[in-house]
Amino acid sequence: MARRYSIFRLVGEALRGHRRWEPAWRDPEPKPSYDVIVVGGGGHGLATAYYLAKNHGLRNVAVLEKGWIGSGNVGRNTTIIRSNYLLPGNIPFYEWSMQLWEGLEQDLNYNSMVSQRGVLNLFHSDSQRDAFVRRGNAMRLHGVDGEFLGRDDVRKLIPMADFDNARFPIRGGLLQRRGGTARHDAVAWGFARAADRLGVDILQNCEVVGIRRERGAVVGVDTTRGFIASRRVGLACAGNTSRVAALAGLRLPIESHVLQAFVSEGLKPLLPCVVTFGAGHFYISQSDKGGLVFGGSIDMYNSYAQRGNLPTVEEVCEEGVALFPCLSRVRVLRSWGGIMDMSMDGSPIIDRTPVDGLYLNAGWCYGGFKATPASGWCFAHLLATDQPYVAATAYRLDRFATGRLIDERGAGAQPNLH
Amino acid sequence: MLIPCPHCGPRTHEEFTYLGDATPRRPDPADPAVETAFFEYAYIRVNPAGPHRELWFHAAGCHAWLVVERDTRTHTITGAAPAGRTESSS
Ligand SMILES: Cc1cc2nc3c(=O)[nH]c(=O)nc-3n(C[C@H](O)[C@H](O)[C@H](O)COP(=O)(O)OP(=O)(O)OC[C@H]3O[C@@H](n4cnc5c(N)ncnc54)[C@H](O)[C@@H]3O)c2cc1C
Ligand SMILES: [Zn+2]
Repeated sequence: MARRYSIFRLVGEALRGHRRWEPAWRDPEPKPSYDVIVVGGGGHGLATAYYLAKNHGLRNVAVLEKGWIGSGNVGRNTTIIRSNYLLPGNIPFYEWSMQLWEGLEQDLNYNSMVSQRGVLNLFHSDSQRDAFVRRGNAMRLHGVDGEFLGRDDVRKLIPMADFDNARFPIRGGLLQRRGGTARHDAVAWGFARAADRLGVDILQNCEVVGIRRERGAVVGVDTTRGFIASRRVGLACAGNTSRVAALAGLRLPIESHVLQAFVSEGLKPLLPCVVTFGAGHFYISQSDKGGLVFGGSIDMYNSYAQRGNLPTVEEVCEEGVALFPCLSRVRVLRSWGGIMDMSMDGSPIIDRTPVDGLYLNAGWCYGGFKATPASGWCFAHLLATDQPYVAATAYRLDRFATGRLIDERGAGAQPNLH
Repeated sequence: MLIPCPHCGPRTHEEFTYLGDATPRRPDPADPAVETAFFEYAYIRVNPAGPHRELWFHAAGCHAWLVVERDTRTHTITGAAPAGRTESSS
């Protein structure tokens, strides 16, 4: 088992020339059966396994990942964490996640580079100001921090922004100081290592290709590494949920879409916080290495290809330069895409399914990274107790039939608009 | 992606607005199982990884609704035809 990381350990290993570090998690052979199987080794699946072991004492647990852990969205996102939501079902959940982020690194004994550098949402018109004030008030009523900044306060944070842009002048912003960023793949690795230390088997290159049922209840999964028995199976396979759920005959209120992200060459410190552009859909932060990490809207059409098209690249870069003209000659180093479950109301699902023993964690759209700790916590609670955790009771699968939708955008059943 | 519009020729997909899967059909309101039928029509999608028949609107062109056949794994487009009565009512 991997030993604890500490400053003493680091010094000790350094003196021995760093030759004795052991792998951060084991690479075990699949056992014939487990108490719980989690399908998908992204952030949510690994966090689920960790909290199953830690909070519920379930250690005979496996995470099945078709590729390598972190190869999905958890390693592809723009790393923004925040809890600045508006609607009742969402605010308590995302705030619970924010609170878990705040103690996560100590809990996991892993440096996930959680940085509460603040998330600043800019507004550009009087009506947008009113909408942001409403959101800020909703947050504060729920005990979440939110601060209204006038134009001069915003200028102190990002003096290089184009305040007097003829079409999109910056009038102010809504700032959540507790929001920020976390190192995305280190979140996957931290949860993986901590789960492994508690006995969870992380099985990579193990794709689920069938879900076996007897008399309507799950008895196990067929994988590329053979059949593995379990009466409780949780799906956390963001982007591919429709395909995996179809193995059990389910059809879901989800479409798969591609979102692109970008990183620039390294620059000297420029952006003190995460900034979002209110006149379009654009968000940007600066990584600790100096690269600007940014993105915009999804590509708008159904996709399972982990790459997007050029019009989105052009639009995202145009938005960035409209907001910060000084970026016009900065070079983009890389861009990539990830496939996400876009749900029909833009909110996630953490619930049982009509198949006994099969549970669903899905529909995270492009905001699921910030949800990672709470999603794992709530899904573990559901898998262990068959009851929803209190912060996630609104995320029901049947809400689309009953009309209890959680539609922050007000866009309706049009997934590409959420 | 270039969409071969039957009226305008091959055009970049930027000129189009995407609606989504072209297969759901608006149910008959007289159907006895009308609630389930409308729920599925509005919310449930097959979401295939592979060939997909989907509705695109040529907003910056001829203003026609098209049914485009595209592979969601590769973005390869294999055809585009004017949407018929059934699709355009969806
Ligand atoms: C470009 C981009 C930017 C984003 N930016 C942000 C952001 O700034 N803030 C934010 O909060 N969210 C963001 N998101 C969303 C966030 O990344 C996702 O919602 C979240 O990571 C999804 O949960 P996950 O980590 O478990 O997913 P993933 O890491 O995708 O995990 C799912 C795993 O399931 C595996 N899998 C699939 N099928 C099978 C199978 N049959 N058998 C076994 N394993 C299988 C996949 O290989 C994958 O590893 C962004 C997403 C993208 C793509
Ligand atoms: Zn046309």
